[in-house]
Amino acid sequence: MKNPRLQRAMVTAASSVLAVFVALAISAIILLITGKDPVKAYSTLFGAAGESRVLQGMANRATPLMISAAAVAIGFKMNLFNIGVEGQMRVALLTTAVVGAAVDLPPVLHVAFCLVVAMTAGALWAGIAGWLKVKRNVNEVISTIMLNFIALSLVAWAFDDFFRVESPTESLLVKTKELPTSAWFPDLVDRRLNGMFIVAILVLILFWVVVWKTKFGFRLRASGGNSGAARATGVNPKKMILISLLLSGAVAGLVGMRALLGDVHAYQNNLAEQQGFNGIAVALLGRNHPLGIFFSALLFGFLGEASGKLQLEDIPKEITTIMSGIIVLAVVIINEAVKRWDNRRIQRKATAEIEAEVKS
Amino acid sequence: MNEAGALAVELSGITKRFPGVVANYNVSLRVRPGTIHAVVGENGAGKSTLMKTLYGMHQPDEGSIAVNGRGITFKSPTDAIAAGIGMVHQHFKLADNLSILENIILGNEPAGRRGRIDSEAAKTRLTELAASLGVSFDVDDLVGTLGVGERQRVEILKVLYRGAQILILDEPTAVLVPQEVEELFATLKRLVAEGRTVIFISHKLDEVLRYCDEITVMRQGTTVATTTPSQVDRRGLAELMVGSDLPDPSGRETPIGSEVVLAVSDLSVAGAAAGAKLALEDISLSVRSGEIVGVAGVEGNGQFELCEAILGLMPLENGRVEIAGRDLTGVETRERITSGLSYIPFDRHREGLLLDAPLWENTMLGREDEPTLTSGPFIGRRKAEADAREIIRRFGVRTPSEQVPAFALSGGNQQKLVVGREMATNPKILLAAHPTRGVDVGAQAAIWEELRHARDHGLGVLLISADLEELIGLSDRIVVMFDGRVTAELDPRRATPELLGTYMTGEIQDREAAR
Repeated sequence: MKNPRLQRAMVTAASSVLAVFVALAISAIILLITGKDPVKAYSTLFGAAGESRVLQGMANRATPLMISAAAVAIGFKMNLFNIGVEGQMRVALLTTAVVGAAVDLPPVLHVAFCLVVAMTAGALWAGIAGWLKVKRNVNEVISTIMLNFIALSLVAWAFDDFFRVESPTESLLVKTKELPTSAWFPDLVDRRLNGMFIVAILVLILFWVVVWKTKFGFRLRASGGNSGAARATGVNPKKMILISLLLSGAVAGLVGMRALLGDVHAYQNNLAEQQGFNGIAVALLGRNHPLGIFFSALLFGFLGEASGKLQLEDIPKEITTIMSGIIVLAVVIINEAVKRWDNRRIQRKATAEIEAEVKS
Repeated sequence: MNEAGALAVELSGITKRFPGVVANYNVSLRVRPGTIHAVVGENGAGKSTLMKTLYGMHQPDEGSIAVNGRGITFKSPTDAIAAGIGMVHQHFKLADNLSILENIILGNEPAGRRGRIDSEAAKTRLTELAASLGVSFDVDDLVGTLGVGERQRVEILKVLYRGAQILILDEPTAVLVPQEVEELFATLKRLVAEGRTVIFISHKLDEVLRYCDEITVMRQGTTVATTTPSQVDRRGLAELMVGSDLPDPSGRETPIGSEVVLAVSDLSVAGAAAGAKLALEDISLSVRSGEIVGVAGVEGNGQFELCEAILGLMPLENGRVEIAGRDLTGVETRERITSGLSYIPFDRHREGLLLDAPLWENTMLGREDEPTLTSGPFIGRRKAEADAREIIRRFGVRTPSEQVPAFALSGGNQQKLVVGREMATNPKILLAAHPTRGVDVGAQAAIWEELRHARDHGLGVLLISADLEELIGLSDRIVVMFDGRVTAELDPRRATPELLGTYMTGEIQDREAAR
């Protein structure tokens, strides 16, 4: 524990864990108020952790969350709040579904081709916000929110007017033309856990290497940490803004791929819905660090997967949604408080160590 | 009021602890009424803590406070104000969009009938006060239209308006040009002549010696001496503050080189707003190897734009920038840096440091392309850490290790780190903007010594500073900037702060007259 950076990481992790416990406590109070037994609820919920089916489902649900949190975190590292992951994902979904179904490629290559198409589509859509920010100084929060609405409507219209095909079997569900099996992403555990889980972990590892270990990542963090200092040392802030939004969008394009390539194999209206937004909460709880994002995504995945068990005990499963919301609020508040406390601690410690050195 | 012979302020045995540090230890301060009493000391010597104690902003852990001979406890600044103590802060707390009158009565409005403000009564009193100070302004003028010196006068009036007999001024001259400093002290002299008492916090030794009646020196949280200007000279006072002998300011022993390391010709830069006048107008200057060229000027007369233009951070209207004989006009900043340009920025927090990042990342900033710090596209963490340790050692940065985040360091040590980083690349030309601003005397001496040392080894320096002693002491030539132009070029051996002041305020703008 000599290393100050490790210490800070521990403090950050501890504050996130604390936030989760605070959220559990508050949710327990809500359960009490509504006349349910929190002990029973929590033992049912966390008792599910022993079942391998639940754990597989957790990992499966965590897959898009990890990717979308990584997309958000890339922006955060540059001090950009990309709220547009949902829209970027949606544009990428329809584009990939249409383009992927139109080409004929050998199995592995077809999947890789689809992933590249998705990343390109996501990056281009995010690039609009980047371009607006660089050229017209439009706040990316505003532009990405607006671009979400535009993406949703645009995709719905394009799907409805050009790309939908009537499904012969499931007449109620309209979809795009189904992808050939060569473009399907195989499951790790049949019908339970898709192989995109591996891709999600690779994305997190790559994110860690690029942002924390490379010169480019250092410039990115420097720009995000103090754009004035980065600029004065010759890092072009506009270039960094554009690059980081393009990267963020490219990763956002992958968010829906588990659902598209691994599950439905065609575009439909509610495909992967909300997964872009949920990534924001996961990134917040994970403090924009790959390891933190990994565990947060698993936690949110678990809550989603295990919530079904609650209904068997006559406890509304929405309590897990409430819990997720409280976690996000708690983590924002607690982390800020802990950070202030920790900064003072570090400063005091440094002063004391310097003084001790002077005296000796 | 004052009992005969009683001290205006007497602090005895004051100790104030903050978690982990003792900010003040056994401090004694005796201020006679009707005097200007200076409290001097390095940054971090405990001056501010002591003044906060006296102004009731916090309570001492030990010790006693007596005002006009009577022991007293302050629970808050309100108690201190009631006891006749007033504080003029270093950073003005004035609202630009209110008038002088409104600013002064703000929070202390004279009540008229039915909840209205009795402006007339306030106006009468204020005009009298202003007259007694020897200043004249229309109290209905907006504060936004006032200059820095006038704003300070408004701050003083505000304190007097609340009935202060004892005024604490926290580094009041940091923002003033020499003429304004003189006006300020003329005002203060009038105040003490009327029987008021002034406690003057500063680390500018010359003005303290020149204008103050008594001087109390603080070092490492405690008071080490009380003296008068007749008993001590500048050097003696500086040594009291630092607690050791200052390094001798070595004169030049090496000749100025022949290579022109920086040449700027006919440089013009557009103003901030469309249609505004030029921020820089036809600036031409050059720096040779081994030469320090000082740039004097009141802040905001184009110095910042000059640095930005040389760095390539601001588009040029006209002109060229050559570094070490290469025309780098229109070339990207990073390439200028690798061509031998270095920059100590105006504000280390805004432009110099990543406060949340460890020191080794800070010393790597802007140098991450250097092969000695990296391996291919990756950061060479071990190498960067070793490099940071070397900078910390060479520049005497006081820190437990290179792993602590930059915010944990004191201002002087942060500045030493920035200076160290910018000199570590062995640049040919260094743009040094206020290299010792806000650092203590010890760090200042160390930074000056490094600059001289590097100059003797051929470094060209463009030194921008508001500290005229620094300019005169270090520079081989001094140019004065006023209103975006170079208005004078002076020989530092013949320049005095007063002469520089006349050029800086634009009173004389004749370039030839200075020669």
